[in-house]
Amino acid sequence: MPAIEIKKNIYWVGAIDWNLKNFHGYAMARRGTSYNAYLVLDDKITLFDTVSEKFKWDLYHQVRSLVKLEEIDYIVVNHVELDHSGALPFMVDKIKPEKIFCSPMGEKAIHDHFHNKEWPLQVVKDGESISLGKRNVTFMETRMLHWPDSMFSYIPEDKLLISSDAFGQNIASQKIFDDEHDLNLLLSEARHYYTNIILPFSPLVQKLLNKVQEAGLEIDMIAPDHGVIWRTHPDRILEGYAEFAAQTLKPKAVLVYDTMWGSTEKMVKAVADALTEEGIDIRMMSLKSFHHSDVMGEFSDAAALVCASPTHNNGMLPLMSDFLTYMKGLKPKNRLGASLGSYGWSGEAPGAIARVLEEAGFELPEKPLRTRYVPAHEQLAQCKELGRTLASAIKARTQA
Amino acid sequence: MPVIFNQHLEENMQKWVCTICGYAYDPAAGDPDNGVAAGTRFEDVPDSWVCPVCGAGKEDFAPEG
Repeated sequence: MPAIEIKKNIYWVGAIDWNLKNFHGYAMARRGTSYNAYLVLDDKITLFDTVSEKFKWDLYHQVRSLVKLEEIDYIVVNHVELDHSGALPFMVDKIKPEKIFCSPMGEKAIHDHFHNKEWPLQVVKDGESISLGKRNVTFMETRMLHWPDSMFSYIPEDKLLISSDAFGQNIASQKIFDDEHDLNLLLSEARHYYTNIILPFSPLVQKLLNKVQEAGLEIDMIAPDHGVIWRTHPDRILEGYAEFAAQTLKPKAVLVYDTMWGSTEKMVKAVADALTEEGIDIRMMSLKSFHHSDVMGEFSDAAALVCASPTHNNGMLPLMSDFLTYMKGLKPKNRLGASLGSYGWSGEAPGAIARVLEEAGFELPEKPLRTRYVPAHEQLAQCKELGRTLASAIKARTQA
Repeated sequence: MPVIFNQHLEENMQKWVCTICGYAYDPAAGDPDNGVAAGTRFEDVPDSWVCPVCGAGKEDFAPEG
């Protein structure tokens, strides 16, 4: 993969991880990903971010095709997470930079990751600028988007925002620009990424977008650290983030479940039928077939979540526990929920699910519903009744 | 005397948790790195103060417990 010029004398020098399927161990990345790094050729030659340690030689050769490494003056660390800093010790050894710029929290994180390095760190504050010669770089702290150390680097002369993990997508492609892909696919991948990584910090995203707007930053290119560069549609991803952060909900329900002998699945189908009859868009997702991150991707714009599990050893099945732990941590706001499941003799699972949903701030219009062993037509009618009640609540919430 | 002191102390001891990142503001410790002295009640922390971990405002904090 050759280095690619994205602006005059600014190059993409990242690495493409074609084979990645599991992103950081908690989210699926079915299209792979990329670790983007950028090299600015100016009086002070500057490298923005690095790549995962596994790809350090990819980065090395990309950079070496443009300059000798010792010619580089500065390194900017926008984010210390190891997919962007894993190759940092290797690159620092090769480059011997005059300065390494990072945020105040970045300095702490660098020390806590790499330990006892005598590196020429220079901490930059929010709004601080440095000159590279013909260009300037202004740094913006973006704490918790998505780590405390995260920051943006903005080059006003090029109207270029190097945005770290924000606005990224998990896509591996040699076509590194947005206009080389289907825009809807990119926005869908950006939503999946946002929901699984940035959703808990949505209030901060809204503040940041306001801050960018108030500062009147002219942006005609957004270069994130994963996936494609937004050169033609930067406005669309900014609008997308405003929408994701606002958690604008559709009349849609995700029905997520696990089942042993099919009874719970029958109950879920009955709820789905009622929701469909009431005009609610549905997604049925068995946790045996869908990863928790893919369920969250679908739930991103859904008003309601129906969770169903049979009772097993006095509790819910483990895939449901896994899902609920993951979902709760992402702090979705303003949602409706319902719980149900079959059981043999004790029947704790629907109640246990309902408690987690309530702790996570969901409103549950119906009590947990359970059926002993195999549901007959009458019990499925109760499930449909639950579906109708939920549909009314969904309509009230999404029409308001 | 010690009893009164303890009551006073207890009143001031309510911790507040950042709902964004989970950082807990402990009045006993304050946040001296950012100009908030140890012993400052959360209510008395300046409105301009932000979470030292994630930058969230005071309005994003909730009482612990």
